[in-house]
Amino acid sequence: MNTLLEVSGVSKSFDGFKAINNLSFQIGEPEMRAVIGPNGAGKTTFMDIITGKTRPDEGRAIFGEKSMSLLSMTESQIAQAGIGRKFQRPTVFEDQSVADNLMMALKKDRSPWAVLRFRPARDDHAAVARLADEIGLTDQLDRKSGELSHGQKQWLEIGMLLAQDPRLLLVDEPAAGMTPAEREHTTDILVQAAKTRAVVVVEHDMEFVRRLNCKVTVLHEGSVLAEGSLDHVTADERVIEVYLGR
Amino acid sequence: MTDTTSLFPKYAKSRPVITRHPSVLIFIACLALFTLGVTILSEGFGIGVISTSFVKTLGKTLCLCLVALAMDLVWGYCGILSLGHMAFFGIGGYAIGMWLMYARTEIIVVQSLAAAPLPPTPQEISDGIATQIFGVVGASEFPPIWALAHSLPLQLAAVVVVPGLLALIFGWLAFRSRVTGVYLSILTQAMTLALSLYLFQNDSGLRGNNGLSGLQNLPGLDAVPQSVVSIWFLWASALALGLGYLLCAWVVSGKFGSVIRAIRDDEARVRFLGYSVEAYKLTVFTLTAVIAAVAGALYYPQAGIINPAEIAPIASIYLAVWVAIGGRGRLYGAVIGAAFVSLVSTWFTGGQAPDVNLGFYTISWVDWWTVLLGLSFVAVTLFAPKGIGGLMDLVPAGTPDRHGAALGPDDSALREKEADK
Repeated sequence: MNTLLEVSGVSKSFDGFKAINNLSFQIGEPEMRAVIGPNGAGKTTFMDIITGKTRPDEGRAIFGEKSMSLLSMTESQIAQAGIGRKFQRPTVFEDQSVADNLMMALKKDRSPWAVLRFRPARDDHAAVARLADEIGLTDQLDRKSGELSHGQKQWLEIGMLLAQDPRLLLVDEPAAGMTPAEREHTTDILVQAAKTRAVVVVEHDMEFVRRLNCKVTVLHEGSVLAEGSLDHVTADERVIEVYLGR
Repeated sequence: MTDTTSLFPKYAKSRPVITRHPSVLIFIACLALFTLGVTILSEGFGIGVISTSFVKTLGKTLCLCLVALAMDLVWGYCGILSLGHMAFFGIGGYAIGMWLMYARTEIIVVQSLAAAPLPPTPQEISDGIATQIFGVVGASEFPPIWALAHSLPLQLAAVVVVPGLLALIFGWLAFRSRVTGVYLSILTQAMTLALSLYLFQNDSGLRGNNGLSGLQNLPGLDAVPQSVVSIWFLWASALALGLGYLLCAWVVSGKFGSVIRAIRDDEARVRFLGYSVEAYKLTVFTLTAVIAAVAGALYYPQAGIINPAEIAPIASIYLAVWVAIGGRGRLYGAVIGAAFVSLVSTWFTGGQAPDVNLGFYTISWVDWWTVLLGLSFVAVTLFAPKGIGGLMDLVPAGTPDRHGAALGPDDSALREKEADK
């Protein structure tokens, strides 16, 4: 297992508040990792830094074999390099059909000229149909995604994430607002994805984390408090104190 | 699920733009019929029911429809509320106007010098032209920007290149700084205002507030009556509008259209999908600037005169109003809006609309038209955000909107959602 992402010594403060404080984090490929922590622990800021949305004050973030520095890349370059992100609140393009949303996310040349000339081939339609099947939206392909239910939008966003075929998936609270059956399906998809790539799941729900059955990183006040198996970290007294004990 | 194409026959292969968007075909047909009708009714080629000046009004309206298309692409589809596209339109007009004015003045000067005992030198001809054109602003030499004015092909290239470059540079600076929303609108408006103020100066090289005039006279074609020239320009404008419509339809129909609409709705999310939002905005901004310039290059020879007031920010604001009233985010909406509002505007401001006598006050439409336009803009924004084009949604579609899974084995079986009703 090679290290895919290495974050070291990263700090970020907003108006004096240290959202991220000398954070170091590593993930290999393939690997599944759950990131937990109380509100304000810096989970979302951590993802913002990796995806280029926020620039840290100091530190390094190195990605891939070529050791690309993520901190000097734009959001779109980072996404093209193979980091996909699913937001907590599902954000799909509501004005467009499910098929269009998936087609847009498919891993293809993203330059304007290539996209202008792009016309979907049989393979692309097949890929969209396959994804739709996987996320259970086959019957909804022609519907505007704005008409979908909250859960279906979550699915669509997961589908778009898979369509990008990223090497590293960052997933923010994937199971929020899902039924138990849907949660199980989400777990299956994430576990399946983690067989070939790195997956980071931010989650509040301990039961969900337990089902992922993976290494857990606990964040607290912007840095790593503990790391290890779920049983290991839940036995850690500091973790119990700041998070689980409440 | 192995053979997906058999499950989704409609996805089996891509169809051409025209069959996927029947509105394109309908539009082209309407445009062709309109052009044919006007030609038949015109003085130059037909029975003379429509006056030459009204033919010019119609031809100009087609150009305004074309610039409205560009505005719809950049604003309605890509979400960039540019208040600068009429500046590009004006630059196109100036670029073609320079050649028209130069070439026509050259003919006049050569004719007047032909009577001289010695044949005139090129320098004398050039000085004569410069004095004729720039005497009005107290200059007698060609400014550097007129260096290409003698050549029609080069000036035609300038119609496309100058606004294209301006849009490219301005857009690059604005988009890479991530200026969006109302700030971008203000920035584009500032660009427009700066350009128009610059052109108002006598030493701008474009005759200050006199602008360029006599553009309706095509050099070397004095023998051809305006009634014929007006129809030529009507045809050219219709052709440009038709091609522009096809181009825009092609741009918005595929994945590019998907991406720019996505940028309009949530550009941050598009970045995380790996699309360079700035590159897309720049592409659309530049492309539409060029379309606007082509429209302007066809408009001003029909108008006959261009001056810096045409580039003032208010023109670009009107453009946004047309597109909003017509219906943003659908191409025919922009065309309907531009045609409807500009023709109604011509009617009201032309003094043909009957004044309304309220007893204590007489509403003179020449003055009150802009108020009415402003009120209708507010009304459309509040009560009919889809604009006039939204009326098309009331027309029932060919196939019913099917929701949910089929309840029966054949295609026409009720769907779950329909059965619920």
